[in-house]
Amino acid sequence: MSPHVPSPAAPPLPVDAPVLELRDLTRTHGTGIAEVHALRGINLAVHPGELVAVMGPSGSGKSTLLTLAGGLDTATGGQIIIEGQDISTLGRKGLAALRRRSVGYVFQDYNLIPALTAAENIALPRELDGVSVRKARKEARASLEEMNLLDVADRFPDEMSGGQQQRVAIARALVGDRRLVLADEPTGALDSETGEAVLALLRNRCDQGAAGVMVTHEPRYAAWADRVVFLRDGSIVDQTLSAGADSLLVAGSAE
Amino acid sequence: MSIRHGLLALLERGPRYGSQLRTEFESRTGSTWPLNVGQVYTTLSRLERDGLVVQDGEDDQGHALYSISDDGRTELRAWFETPVDRSSPPRDELAIKLAMAVGAPGVDIRAVIQSQRHHTVKAMQDYTRLKAQALTDVPANRDEVAWLLVLEQLIFQAEAEARWLDHCESRLVRLAEAAATEPEASTPSRAAARTTSRPRARR
Repeated sequence: MSPHVPSPAAPPLPVDAPVLELRDLTRTHGTGIAEVHALRGINLAVHPGELVAVMGPSGSGKSTLLTLAGGLDTATGGQIIIEGQDISTLGRKGLAALRRRSVGYVFQDYNLIPALTAAENIALPRELDGVSVRKARKEARASLEEMNLLDVADRFPDEMSGGQQQRVAIARALVGDRRLVLADEPTGALDSETGEAVLALLRNRCDQGAAGVMVTHEPRYAAWADRVVFLRDGSIVDQTLSAGADSLLVAGSAE
Repeated sequence: MSIRHGLLALLERGPRYGSQLRTEFESRTGSTWPLNVGQVYTTLSRLERDGLVVQDGEDDQGHALYSISDDGRTELRAWFETPVDRSSPPRDELAIKLAMAVGAPGVDIRAVIQSQRHHTVKAMQDYTRLKAQALTDVPANRDEVAWLLVLEQLIFQAEAEARWLDHCESRLVRLAEAAATEPEASTPSRAAARTTSRPRARR
């Protein structure tokens, strides 16, 4: 018997302007004979409400794509547009401000500041942005409450489990008005059940309007995304579609 | 076979009629393996022939009811207690396809792998979306719990396939690289090694 599963409700097609857009993005390391093309002309648009997973063998350019999209590295060619702004037109200060206000980064090893509590970690980027300490802390607690993490608000990172730290990191990535979260192997150090909780949270934040790009080599986690992009040798070789358009599953029951 | 035992398991909870068994089988497995009423009645008559079920009157609407017999209960216990046989794996079309694609003229095996990976990951996305929907509320009854288990089984199977495809691709790349760096003037043993590393990616 071959499995027959009802088609899930397809997610709505994105209609808003993309939060992140990569246009013909290239990144080359070295010159001449030592030249290495890490990325060869990547085009990708990520809309509000959309979670995109990037998969590919090691060395395919996944991490380069993410660091460029987050403004942590400089492209060799092409454009990176975040919330309508070409980041190459911003100065150092402008880029730092855009990164702080618009982009949240989630790392495999969480990167929380050890000397700050969970709530303080989340509040920090807002405080750096000029929001009053009191308001920033209030926002931080509200976001922890929304994620059912209020009980860890006053704990330091070393008093939390890996999964809790990663969920706090996601809260920090999306506090304030930031709508773009870039996650580099966010489940890499977690067991599968905890990894799933982290993915469910990321999925939930995107369902509420954030745009997410996640690099992962785990198909089980990539499957939480709306779209899976396959990289090979610095190029996008394939991607699954967002909506149920190319669904292989038969709608409804077997009738 | 699974339909036989599936029906016995449902009948252990009390007498039932054919289309009722079909409905219950499907709600337990989320219609993943749809049954038609004909299959249910064929299976019931075989079970009856083998003495594992008996006809047991009619309900108010005149549906013929079936009950599990003592032999049927023994058979069902034995089914739960015996592991599913894995010693003679069912034919797997994908494994056969990749085996045939190795060295096949005009076939780009990496393209074959990628097109399957696309399909498999897409299936996982759909299953995962269903699972996320199923988990929005804590599963309330045994049908919902059973459906979640079936769904997760589909996800795990698809994941295993996706991982195997990744593995095949990197294996082929490594073998191709090894074959490419092999020196021209090779010793006899090297030459032998080269023929064994014959499966190489056609880029």
